[in-house]
This record gives sequence, C-alpha cells and structure tokens, in this order.
Amino acid sequence: MTTAIGQPLTRVDGRPKVTGAARYPTEFPAPGMAHACLVGARVAGGRVLSVDASAAWEEPGVLAVLTHENLPRIAGQPPLVPSLFGGPAPGETFFPMQDDAVHYAGQHVALVVADTHERAQHAASLLRIEYEESEPLTGIEQGRDQAYEPEAIFGGFLPARNSRGDVAAGLAQASVRVEGTYRFAANHHNPLETSGTTAVWDGDELLLHDGTQGVTATQLTVAALLGVPLSKVRVVSPYVGGSFGCKAMVWHHPALAAMAARAVGRPVKLALTREQMFTSCGHREEQEQHIALGATHDGKLTALSHHKLSPTSPFDDWAEPSLQTAAQMYACPNYEGSYRLFRANTMTPTFMRGPGDSSGMFALECAMDELACRLGIDPVELRLRNLASADPASGRPWSSNGLEECFERGAARFGWYDRDPEPRVRREGAWLIGTGMAAAGYPAPAPGTPQRARARIYADGSVVVQAATPEFGTGVATAMAQVAADALGVPVSRCRFEKGDTDFPGIAAAVGSAGAGMISAAVHTAATALREQLVGEAVADPGSPLHGADPSQVAVHDGRMTAGPATEPYTDLLRRNHRPDAEASGTWHPPGMDAPYATTTFGAQFAEVAVDPELGLVRVRRMTGAFAPGRVLNARTARSQLMGGMLWGLGQALLEANHMEHGTGRWVNASLADYLVAVNADAPDVAVELVEVEDREVNPLGVKGVGEIGQVGANAAIANAVHHATGRRVRKMPVTVEDLMELPLA
Amino acid sequence: MRPITYSRADDTAGAVTTVSADPTSDYLAGGTTEIDLLRRNVLTPRRLVDITGLPLTGVEEAPDGGLRIGALARMSEVAASPLVRERFPAVAEALEAGASPQLRHMATMGGNLLQRVRCTYYRDAVSPCNKRDPGSGCSALEGFSRGHAVLGTSAHCIAAHPSDVAVALAALDARVHTLGRSGEQVYGIDDFFLTPAHTPHREHPLEHGELITAIELPSAPVARRSVYLKVRDRASYEFALASAAGALSLVDGTIADVRLALGGVATKPWRAHRAEGVLLGAPATRDAFAEAARVELADAHPTRDNAFKVDLAQRVAVRVLETLTANGRTS
Repeated sequence: MTTAIGQPLTRVDGRPKVTGAARYPTEFPAPGMAHACLVGARVAGGRVLSVDASAAWEEPGVLAVLTHENLPRIAGQPPLVPSLFGGPAPGETFFPMQDDAVHYAGQHVALVVADTHERAQHAASLLRIEYEESEPLTGIEQGRDQAYEPEAIFGGFLPARNSRGDVAAGLAQASVRVEGTYRFAANHHNPLETSGTTAVWDGDELLLHDGTQGVTATQLTVAALLGVPLSKVRVVSPYVGGSFGCKAMVWHHPALAAMAARAVGRPVKLALTREQMFTSCGHREEQEQHIALGATHDGKLTALSHHKLSPTSPFDDWAEPSLQTAAQMYACPNYEGSYRLFRANTMTPTFMRGPGDSSGMFALECAMDELACRLGIDPVELRLRNLASADPASGRPWSSNGLEECFERGAARFGWYDRDPEPRVRREGAWLIGTGMAAAGYPAPAPGTPQRARARIYADGSVVVQAATPEFGTGVATAMAQVAADALGVPVSRCRFEKGDTDFPGIAAAVGSAGAGMISAAVHTAATALREQLVGEAVADPGSPLHGADPSQVAVHDGRMTAGPATEPYTDLLRRNHRPDAEASGTWHPPGMDAPYATTTFGAQFAEVAVDPELGLVRVRRMTGAFAPGRVLNARTARSQLMGGMLWGLGQALLEANHMEHGTGRWVNASLADYLVAVNADAPDVAVELVEVEDREVNPLGVKGVGEIGQVGANAAIANAVHHATGRRVRKMPVTVEDLMELPLA
Repeated sequence: MRPITYSRADDTAGAVTTVSADPTSDYLAGGTTEIDLLRRNVLTPRRLVDITGLPLTGVEEAPDGGLRIGALARMSEVAASPLVRERFPAVAEALEAGASPQLRHMATMGGNLLQRVRCTYYRDAVSPCNKRDPGSGCSALEGFSRGHAVLGTSAHCIAAHPSDVAVALAALDARVHTLGRSGEQVYGIDDFFLTPAHTPHREHPLEHGELITAIELPSAPVARRSVYLKVRDRASYEFALASAAGALSLVDGTIADVRLALGGVATKPWRAHRAEGVLLGAPATRDAFAEAARVELADAHPTRDNAFKVDLAQRVAVRVLETLTANGRTS
C-alpha cells in the first residue's frame, strides 16, 4: 500500500510564503503598537559611565528610554541548558542592563521605544553614552595562555575530557602518524529573517510573537526571567524566517520586548537589525583543533587524539561539541579528546548548523585524507577498513547505521573511482581539477521531555493535528500532514497541521536535527490514538458494519475502517452518533540518555573542485552527498534540507568568516556585504542520495533527521579535493585566495 | 527625526541650480549608494533631488565610432547594449561583474562613478574616518584591512575604490561630462578620481551640485578586444580583491598599443601607466608582462591583512595580458 510518508509532496505553505500571506513574528499588527530599538555597546569591555538621553527625549513620539538605570531587574537567571532538553533555555546566563558592566561589543545597553520604528531608531542614535573602556581580550592568540579545561561543556551535559584505551601507547605503536592543527574562523548564522519579537500585554497575560525554533523554550525562558506564571505567557509563532541555530536558544530580545511593552503600556515590536544579528544571538566560536592519528601499515587506526581550544564568554563554559561524533566514527581503540576554553570579551557562542561536528569532523576527515595519501590507500577504502560495528565511545550497538552503503552509493553516483589518486595531475586550461571525499556523522538526539500532539477528525472527514512547534523552513507542516494521514488512514489532502502556538500540545525546540523525529513521534502517537479510539468505537457500535470485529484486524485506508468484508468510513461512524468530531492526544516518551543504543546519522560527501593556483581561485564544480537519515518523511523537503546543508558546508569551506578586531573587540564583518555566504553563482551541481535505513529505536517512525548531517563533512570533502587538485593541504576554514596563490608568479 | 525634502527634477539645468544652491542637498538617481548610506547615517542630506526623470539615458554612437553613455543609463542597460559589447567589451564585462542583477537594474552609470567606498569604518558612521569626518583619523590603518588598497594610499585613508566599470573606463580613456553652475565640463577619467592624500573626503574634482551628464568612450579599435578580469572570494556579488581591465594590439609580435588599469587594489581606478610604459614596444611574453606588473606594484603599501593583494594584482594583470595575446579567452 502506498504511504503518504516519503512522498515528495510540495510544501503546503509554499503559496502563503511566496505571496507574503504567511505572517512572521514582527508582522502581527496590534492596536497602539510601539516600536523598540536596541542600542549596542560601542566598547567591548568596561562599564557605562552615563547615558544622556536628553536629545532623544526631545524627539517627538519617544515613549521610553530604558537603560541599566531604569530597566526592571529580572526575577531570576535560568541556567544555560540546550533547548532540546525542554526547559528554559537562555542563550547566555547574562541579562543586559542589570548593572553598568560591559562584557562585549554590541551588548545591549539601552532600549528606546517610540511610536514609530523610524522615530525609535532616530532617538536611539541620539543617545550619548559615555564608557569607561578596558582593553578587551578577543582572539585565540591573546587567550591561549589563559586557557583552562572546564568541568563540562554544553550546559554541563558533556564532559570536557573523554578517553578510552591509551592514546600515547596507540600513537607509539602506530606505523604511520598524521598530525595537524586546524583553525576555524567564527561564523554567524544570518537567516533571511532577523530575530524579532512582538509583545502584547493584556492585564497580567503576555502574548509574544517570537522568531524561535521552540515556542515552549521562549515561553519558559521569558516566564522565568520576568517571574510571570507560565500559564500567563503564550507564544505564537507559526512561521519563522530561518534560523540555523541563532533562534535555537532564547536570547534577550523577547524578554526585553515584554519589559518594554510593560514600561510603555502598549504592544511593542522589537526587531533586531542585520548588524545587531552579529552581536545578539550567538555565533559559532573561532576555534583551533589539534588532531593526531596513528595507524598500522594497512590503515587500521591505532590512536586518535583530538583537542580543541576556543574562546567563550565571561559567563558560560560553552564550546560547540566538536569532538563527540569524531570520537565515534571509526573503530579506534585508543582515544583522547578535550576542550579547553578561555574567557574573552564575547557573548556566549551558540549552536550553528552542523553544531560541533561540522568543525570536528572537518579536522578528522582531513586527517583521514592525509593518512590515506600517506598510506597509498583509497580514501573510501581507508574508511571502510575502520568502520565501527558498534559505537567505540560507549560500546553500545548502533540503532541503525548505513555508512557503508552511503560510501558505496555516493561513490557510484559521483564516479569516485575514475580518479587518479595522484594530486595535481588533472588540468583544464588554467584550472587544476581535484576530487575529494569525507564521511559525515551527526547525533540523532532525543529530546529531554515527553513530546505531545493532538489529533482531531471532523464529521466531514477532515483532520487537524496540532503541536506547538514552529515552522522555520524545514517543511514540518507538510511532513506532519503526511505522518497523520498514514496513522489515521486518510488522504493527506484532508490533513492539516497547525503549529507554532504554546496553546497547542508541547514540543521541545526543534534543534540539533531532532525536529522531524520527535514531532513525527508525537503526531504519529496522537493520530494512532485517535484511530484506535475510532476503531474501538466502531467495533463496539451495534450500528456499525464493523460491530464485533477484532480491533487488531481493522485496517484503515482512504478514510475507512475495514475488517474483511465489513467497511465503514469514519464520517459514517461520527454522523450516526451525532458527533461533530473526535479527538485524541498522544504523548511520546523519548528514550533516556541511558538507552542501550548509540544513535548517530551517517553520510558520505564527495566534491569536485577547480583551482586556479595563480589567482588563488577555487570553485566547486559538483557535490554528491549520500545520507542515511533513517526514514524519510518527505523526499522533496528532505533533499532540500540536505542540499542546503551541503551548500552551507561549501560556504564554511570557502567563504564564511568573521573575526573580532583586536583592540576594539568588534566583529569586522557585520553585514551581508562583508560576511560572505554562498550565492547562487557559487552553488554547483548538487546530487543527494537518500539511503533509507530502518531504525526501530530512535522513535516510532525511525526518523533520524536531515537538518544537520548535510553540512557535516562537506567542508572536508572540498578541502580534500583542493589538496587533490593542487597538492596543498590547507588546514583552515575558510580556505581563501591567500591560501591558494602559489609562488612564485613567473 | 531628520526631515528630508524630496523633489523630482524635470529639467537638468533646474536640478543643477537647486542642488548647487543648497549644500545639504544630494542628487538621487538609482539610490543604491545614497539610500543605503542615508539609512546608516553616513550621509545626512536634508534635500534629495530625484533626477531619474531627466533625459540623460541611453547609449549613443558618436561620429568617430566612440560612444556616449547617458549618466542615468542603468548598469544593466549599458551591459546589454550591442554597441558596448561590440566596441568596448571590457566595459560590459566589468558591469556584469559588479553588484547583483537587482542592483544593476537600479544603479546608474553616473552613480556608479560616484559610489562611496566599502570601508567598514567609513560605513559604520561611528569609527574615526577621515573620509566621513575629516581630521578624525583612519581606523583602517590599524584595523581589519583585507579589502583595502595598496596603491594610491596615504596616511589618512586606505579605502579601495569599489567600482568595476570605472576600471574599464580608466583603461579605455573615458571622459566624464558634467554640468555645473559654471557650465559644462569634461574630465579625463584619470583626473576625475582623486587619490586621498591629505583630503580623503574629496574623491572627485566636482563642485557641489555639479552633475555628471554623460560618459564618453572615445573610439579605439584596440578596445574591441578588451577584457576585464575580477578576482573575488565568491563567484558573484562581491567587490574585487583585485581586478584588471586591458586592451592590447601587436605588430609583428611586439606590443604596439596597450591599455591597462587595476581595480580593487587602489584608492582610485588605477590606470597602470608604468606597466604600459614597460610594455609598449616590448615582446608579448609572460616575462614582459610580469615585469610590467612588478613595476606597477613596486610602490605598493600593503597592510598586515592585504599584503597578498600586491602579488594578486600582478597575477591578475599578467592573466589579462596573456588573455589578450592568446587566441580566445580564458574564464
């Protein structure tokens, strides 16, 4: 029987999105709307000596100027816990304007509210803020000597040091060793929609429209910061204009918008400017990773040592978890990895697409390529020789794997084995051509809390399924209609998914590639409960043709329940019993952290590049990615996400870089003109292979997610292709013109 | 609020009179620089005179075989013009290498010549910047300067000139026609752009209110095989790290005529006079090209971040010269 799940359906919300009918968080009107404008600190360290707002107050329409002198104190600062765990999830454990201290450039030091956006902006520009400035600490070169090993990273969930076996002995016994230091520029997310919040108080009840990956995360965090009962905070956010991690945690602006709205007694809209996006919602931290591999002559890994150094904020021990998947990829008996941090004048870094693994796997997969070259073993073959039959870190079996098939199918589709392994042998005019590959891996994480959804069928046969999750570009509304359709046995065209409202059943923030798995689990559970309820009613109903049938023998299809020759549409059952609708809730209890399985999504990336070594130009000509994300809910949107991830990998490999300016602590590329993301002209031919593997452990439908895996390894495949083209090994992200210009000219 | 008076001009002389009379006024054409910087509080005009309705459009043939390009012709129109593509291909190539299709549909040719620098410190409206706030200092000297100039710099400003098409126009000896209070003027393109020296805020010799009316490309048979090459990190929508426009003719293997200009590396569209001097009469060899490029960049002043540009500019120049002397083009 054909299922709705897996079909490449077009997006149900494609039309409202492209016609502008879809409403985004700062597009909700409210009577008497006021507009707030944030002001960021010009200095990166020190304190605010004074704020002279006299000129601002002379402007018409100004309603409030909030600074550390008059902004209310927060009720409490919740700890930094990743939003996937389902609790309050502040991006950093610091809230601005509680005192005069300045910790980083761009830190919010004032908030101006006026009756129009333009007046608020203008008044904000008139504030005269005096600072006492201290010398900021900005980059790795300055902070290296002050580095420390924290107890744990990632909100305390991951130890800062991991080991197995004896890495020194493993390196000593190796026949071949490869060692290198990899450097990564900081990255900023830059979704199309800048972050923003509309806050509306009605008495003591607060309504927020917020650009977020989790409306419950916003609700919980803002309620904790403001000291407001959870039942009084509603967050509505059906559409979010992209995130890539900068809306995964809850930053300061939703609470500030609520505070401003309370201060002026009017609804307040607070939208960050593009420039403020660089200093208000985190970034992927600058980092350095040192990796050493040991292997036998036939390519079996004997040791992996992998250490990371990165800056964090004065408040939090944050490092993106770069080492976790790299430690699991290959059967390597001896391993050691650690995170070292130093405190810099920066806000707390945060999740960004492919968090952790897009950097950690870059280092590992470039080192593996180097090892393959040293040993004269094909890079795919080297990886096959080191496949891990169980998770080497925990010893647990994989819930599902598929890596080997990804290598096979990816290599076949790409035409991998046509290559001459010798670097720098293929030339087309001024261009050197090379191919490279890398493995990809990313956790299939489970949320920390039960996930809920509600399903309702009306007497006319139409179905509504509800869950709190927002839609931020993944296609969740389409995929969840498909899930509900199969569970209930109704055509997908009759199913509608309602979303993005904390009044709907709770869903954790859709982050870390967990969204499709956990939301589908909740929707499937709710829709299945509704089906069972209806079947139960039918077999118990003397008026039903199914009366007396064994419920377990009742099949549902096309809006009908059928057992042998007996069949009845849901609509007949409901109408006969004078029921306008029927409804059921479903709760999925995710497996805990101690589940006896390792859940990782695998993939393989292949890239062909052309390098002009005289001009330093590198252009990616084609990319192939094969991924094993468990079950695919919608082949079209899954491909789209994977392709997007691969192009993000291209951007990270060749373009995306930010740097904190020494001396001032400001980001040097704080605009879309200066911070380069890939544009259409950079995008090559991208092929995506979906390798479906059955996974009975991760969640009811076996969905491991496609949100992150597409990016992981794409950068390494490109860098390895650059090496194959030129013979040059560039151990940094991004690889730029300066790195590839070969001397001498003549 | 900062009130701005907006009016639409319907005759050129009237527009010039209006703007000339008010030092706080600016012309508004495509708006791709003016509106951008106005929103950022970098430019603070009190009056905008919209000149998009003036009859300064089109590409016209001059009797000598040259072209006259209206100041208000859009970049995309000029790039698509068969006359431009046939007689001055480097101009079309440079236009198409600039900005994005959306911007090229809006931006005008005159506005392109007057576009402001992309220096972060100029554009942030706050940092010390001698171009924006004379005498306040140059933040780029000690700041992040990967995109900045290595030629024509001074101790007061190192911002690179951002235009692509101006580089092609510089190579091809374009002339800029203006109308001001004192009547019509014609500037050789090399005189139209000023290096910063002690007055980085002065980028052109124009007096306030002097309006570009046309860009003239004099007839030059050598330009029919001119090329423009631009090197940048991403494949589109980025200003040049280094670029070059060139044209060249050979007689018996010897360079009889050569035009070369550099972009992305200098404080103005940089006509490579020294390189041309080395090349004229020289054999068309890679060695000669490299020597010419070396001589042109000999006085370059790089910073910590942009030292690679000294080398890159030479490579781009050599590639352009090689392309011109090879059969066909390389991409």
